[in-house]
Amino acid sequence: MNALSLRQLAKTYKNGVEALKGIDLEVEEGDFFALLGPNGAGKTTAIGIVSSLVRKSGGRALVFGHDIDTDLETAKACIGVVPQEINFNQFEKVSTILVNQAGFYGIPRAVARERMETWLRRLQLWEKRDAVSRTLSGGMKRRLMIARALLHEPRLLILDEPTAGVDIEVRRSMWEFLRQLNDDGTTIILTTHYLEEAENLCRHIAIIDEGRIIENDRMATVLRKLHSETFVLNLRHPVAAPPEVPGYAMKLAEDGSIEVEVTKDQDLNTVFAALTARGIEVVSMRNKANRLEELFLRLVEGRDAATGRVAAGAGS
Amino acid sequence: MNEATGASRLEDRQAAADGHRWIGFRTIVIREFSRIVRIWGQTIVPPAITATLYFVIFGSLIGRRIGEMGGVGYMQYIAPGLIMMSVITNSYGNVVSSFFGAKFGRHIEELLVAPLPNWLIVSGYVAGGVVRGLLVGLVVTLIALFFTHLHVQHLFVVLAAVLLTAVIFSLLGFVNAVFAKNFDQISFVPTFILTPMTYLGGVFYSISMLPDWAQAASRLNPILYMVNAFRYGFLGHSDVNLGLSFAFMVAAAVGLFGACVWLLERGTGTRD
Repeated sequence: MNALSLRQLAKTYKNGVEALKGIDLEVEEGDFFALLGPNGAGKTTAIGIVSSLVRKSGGRALVFGHDIDTDLETAKACIGVVPQEINFNQFEKVSTILVNQAGFYGIPRAVARERMETWLRRLQLWEKRDAVSRTLSGGMKRRLMIARALLHEPRLLILDEPTAGVDIEVRRSMWEFLRQLNDDGTTIILTTHYLEEAENLCRHIAIIDEGRIIENDRMATVLRKLHSETFVLNLRHPVAAPPEVPGYAMKLAEDGSIEVEVTKDQDLNTVFAALTARGIEVVSMRNKANRLEELFLRLVEGRDAATGRVAAGAGS
Repeated sequence: MNEATGASRLEDRQAAADGHRWIGFRTIVIREFSRIVRIWGQTIVPPAITATLYFVIFGSLIGRRIGEMGGVGYMQYIAPGLIMMSVITNSYGNVVSSFFGAKFGRHIEELLVAPLPNWLIVSGYVAGGVVRGLLVGLVVTLIALFFTHLHVQHLFVVLAAVLLTAVIFSLLGFVNAVFAKNFDQISFVPTFILTPMTYLGGVFYSISMLPDWAQAASRLNPILYMVNAFRYGFLGHSDVNLGLSFAFMVAAAVGLFGACVWLLERGTGTRD
């Protein structure tokens, strides 16, 4: 059964902006799904419609088979939402926010307190249960929103940029937490600014751009579509001009390193052999961009080239 | 659809509906009550001080020179009106500030994503407004007892009038909050519409004292019917027909409730 089905979902805002132009999307139960797209692509609108914060203009949305038009309350009970912006009362205590939210889902206060302890401990926030929420750090506020979304034990968790603005250590621990949650059976849909995050966590991916899905497949399949990767080679001694290696596009970076583009049917051995023959010593090497980021940028740049627009780059 | 899928869908539906609405409603009311108590310096104390000043200045100092009105002392005459005035402003103020605050701080989304029907969300906020209106009304009643004696002649009329009035103004506060886009817009209605209408709604005088045209104009003021129904419960005297007052109040409460639910269904000001 699909956790989420979007069929010809459309949204046109009052100001005439067509945020979604009839998208179709299926997310299987138990999946870890990435929804990516540049700023204003329509990701948050799609999530808003599913969580009933935005009214759709057309199409259908089903959550575990429950149509949001005819069975909204049941659909809502299946979803936990972690929004992009802080949306809890910043004058309330952490425990009050959580117990109240559980109450809105019909969970008695005694049960809510037990679950609150479980989730706050798992998210390393238990010590902060009596703190007024505005005093929490950015990372803690994000974790509080995750705990809040999990109190009613939803079957589908939707996270809109959950790790935006949090430090690397907290981000890594949140990844681990989300992985465990998914292993335990919760379907997760994630939008993120960090494409490395999507590549590490998600099994399926959809890329949305200008209100349309332009890519939707397994992560591995999508990454295989990346025909070339760019590597940055740091040299022992800088060179004045990029060495010429037949068949390989090479250019000199400002810091003296060399960038080389290697397509699927080429290999790095040839490059290294050619550089060694010229007495050029490579000290270290790295990918210029994360693989998914590279693919993402190419897809968006391809669209921009077609429309004559300047690429905005990857983003929320 | 296979058996397991059908069972899980049934469980979902069961979980969403099984008496959970009552817990949701109770949670909204508890949250509203906690807010009233948490900011008691803004919710309970100011109306108590204002009412005390009214009783001292209008009732005690000026009232002595006025003498009787409606067959009773002036202080006794204005007491029900002052209680009603505090109920009106506080039930309205509670809902407009709480709901707009939730919109402004975006925590209204906590309610909008939850499996609660819109009528229940409106009911929860209205219950919060009624609680504050009645709480402040009770405080003002206790203050009034320091200055005059209040004899209830028709308890049911008193309770029904105060409850309906609190419901109506809570609903009006909700409508204001739904449409408000900034804090100026939530103070505009109380300052420029509600206060003048309350003062001209027979709180401090009987409309029988006014010239005919002013009496006719006063009869267009809905607050006049609420204040007089409430006063009738205490004094057995009213400037307007009691049946008409209650018919108007019931119709207004039902109509406004429907309008608030409709606004929430449409997403006006909340799901734009």
